[in-house]
Amino acid sequence: MAATKQKSVLDKTFAQGEHLIWLTGSALALCLLMIAGLIGVVLYNGVGYFWPHALTQADAKGDGKILGVVIRTEDFRKFTGTNNTPVKLTRSQFKVGNRDLAGVDFRWMEHQDLTNYTKPAEAITLEREEYGDFYGYLTAIKEGDQIVATNTAAWPLLLEKHPLARAMAKQRLHIQKHEIGEVNYAMQEATVRIRRAERQLPPGPKRDAEIAAANATINEQQQLFETLKAKAAELDQEGQRFRALMRTADGKEKEIPLANIVRAFQPNAMSTGAQWKHYFAKVWEFATAEPRESNTEGGIFPAIFGTVMMTLLMSIAVVPFGVLAAFYLREYAKQGLFVRGVRIAVNNLAGVPSIVFGVFGLGFFVYFVGGSIDRLFYPELLPAPTYGTGGILWASLTLALLTVPVVIVATEESIASVPRGAKEGSLALGASKFQTICRVVLPASVPGILTGLILAMARGAGEVAPLMITGVVKLAPNLPIDGQFPFMHFDRKFMHLGFHIYDVGFQSPNVEAAKPMVFTTTLLLLFVVIALNLAAILIRDRLRKKYRTGAFA
Amino acid sequence: MTHSASTPKAIVPSPTDAATLAENAQRANVIEVDDLSLYYGAARALKNVKISIREKLVTAFIGPSGCGKSTLLRCINRMNDLIENVRTEGQLRIDGHDVFGHGVDVIELRKRVGMVFQKSNPFPKSIYENIAYGLRVAGIKKKDVIDEVVEQSLRSAALWDEVKDRMQESAMGLSGGQQQRLCIARAIAIRPEIILMDEPASALDPIATAKIEELILELKKDFTIVIVTHNMQQAARISDYTAFFYLGELVEYDATNKMFTNPGKRQTEDYVTGRFG
Repeated sequence: MAATKQKSVLDKTFAQGEHLIWLTGSALALCLLMIAGLIGVVLYNGVGYFWPHALTQADAKGDGKILGVVIRTEDFRKFTGTNNTPVKLTRSQFKVGNRDLAGVDFRWMEHQDLTNYTKPAEAITLEREEYGDFYGYLTAIKEGDQIVATNTAAWPLLLEKHPLARAMAKQRLHIQKHEIGEVNYAMQEATVRIRRAERQLPPGPKRDAEIAAANATINEQQQLFETLKAKAAELDQEGQRFRALMRTADGKEKEIPLANIVRAFQPNAMSTGAQWKHYFAKVWEFATAEPRESNTEGGIFPAIFGTVMMTLLMSIAVVPFGVLAAFYLREYAKQGLFVRGVRIAVNNLAGVPSIVFGVFGLGFFVYFVGGSIDRLFYPELLPAPTYGTGGILWASLTLALLTVPVVIVATEESIASVPRGAKEGSLALGASKFQTICRVVLPASVPGILTGLILAMARGAGEVAPLMITGVVKLAPNLPIDGQFPFMHFDRKFMHLGFHIYDVGFQSPNVEAAKPMVFTTTLLLLFVVIALNLAAILIRDRLRKKYRTGAFA
Repeated sequence: MTHSASTPKAIVPSPTDAATLAENAQRANVIEVDDLSLYYGAARALKNVKISIREKLVTAFIGPSGCGKSTLLRCINRMNDLIENVRTEGQLRIDGHDVFGHGVDVIELRKRVGMVFQKSNPFPKSIYENIAYGLRVAGIKKKDVIDEVVEQSLRSAALWDEVKDRMQESAMGLSGGQQQRLCIARAIAIRPEIILMDEPASALDPIATAKIEELILELKKDFTIVIVTHNMQQAARISDYTAFFYLGELVEYDATNKMFTNPGKRQTEDYVTGRFG
């Protein structure tokens, strides 16, 4: 009886198609779960990185004292004894820092070897310009060779003197990187002028005058360079004046100039407010500063900038191309076998592996187009390539090629959805086909075009493979836009968040230290993509309201 | 032209007095269709149609769906060009010139032959820009000229009083009837000689329909109007001549009064009395 009843319920469910609702619903749920999982993993691993983690000290059996941040704790099986019986043990990974002294940043410690856990309030974390973090205790502050403060007086003095020393270090860095960079640039320009004059002007007073002028510039810049160098050296010396005498947990001593310290704090003594302040300062640094220590520390601003600029350049290139092609296909081409074939080819183009586009970009844009530009416009610089090497322009154009099918398909669809009545209305008023397209069809299909652009940007911003051979680098010395004439340097190589993730995660000399950076960068890449898309969606919605069509609207 | 917008006047029935009929019959032929056949691919939609349409009168095309009346209407301003695989035979002359002739400027033709569609199709622009559109594509840029034409056209379409304070608002915000009158205003803004109307009131409520009909009667003073309609009463009310089409052929064409009271053919009588169709 029960069985028949159950069966009838099942039959009824099937008859009403409820199983299909469950099937489709669960597929959607699975998708959402995967997306939530992805974001969850990235958030979990990335968000905590900037928190001022507590320092734990313990006595290690036969290994002195150990001081560091506990990264993770796990159970494991250890095979010991003569008959190799597995023993279940617990171990923790410590970030012990002090790479310059110990050689390694990270150590696995078995709990059975550790005793006497403490969290000393006076333990200090120093973020340094070199060798990563230092964990230890402050013994004294030296000014020159004189000890000016010891014990409890030392820490306040360090905090007092540090900002000035740091400011000087920053100034020195600015001189070395930017001001001297500008001098180099001007000198290079002058050298090019000489070479150009030698090649293009006939021998005579005009050529001599040009060369003399360029040489004068070089001399002038040379003097400026010397001045800057002296200033930098002075600042460096000044920054070295105060030094912190540090002691590690196991008693080693180390002198660190205050100028080399990026940030100093006592994590175990910090109030919650100070912790949050520290956290946000670090986040800010991450988003706005340049990378340090082969990208494992500091910020990733150049990568954010490179990603956004490349995506924008790509959009500028891809929209006109895609839109014009779509208009031709939909409005002008005679619909037939050939156009259908073209359409299929365009759709298939979207499925070609992106590295193939990279190879094409390298062969066509970099070698052919870039090489030709160099031969025509920069012959005096050869054999050093200007455009004949990877750069942001070529990378953007390669990505534009990669994403153009998306724009074509979306535009074609939106053109097709422009009501026939609107087109006929325009033609019936004596408008030509071109006028109709410009004044009626194009405005009405702008939202659809923007949808295509959004999809193209989402794909383009996340693409890495083709960039690696068309212009992305691990560390770009300059941004593609800066204060040097002509301000936009499309020939420059650039950094990219996607490549940065790959580089930091897999090409870094210190993979363990870079791991959290991978997740934070991923998080940021997600943010950048979302921000770009959101901007496009907002624009689209505004336009959609403006150009709303339809007979019964 | 100061119709009150809210209370449409009673529709003037089509003329029955002998004097008007005689006068109408004397009018010049603007459009002369001569043995016109039209094919959509292999299908023949018009079969040797022969009809002459008189100046400054309202001519109605009636007939069941698929009879070719809309197709013929769209031949007059060559809107059928937009459809692929359309082929015509025979002639359609406007003022003696064949519109299918070699070297005919379609754009010029469409400036002379305006059109109003079944579904109102204002552009998603302001009311002002909708009317100005035809002038702008014709290359007229002077603001005072455009301003004047816009006002005149809206007055002629009996829409001015309703929209004069919201010229810059989107035309999509107008009611269905207002939108259709806007489309008529848009069509007359470029001063065509002929206005084609493809079931202009079929999507409107009775009040809006009455306004459109009233407007058509007003417009025939200045324009030759050809209207396709499914509504027999409408044809009877507003047209001077009526053509009845069936299966791509012109069955009968005569003064409206005669077509509805004393048609020459049995088929016409059956259709206008509602026995089939």
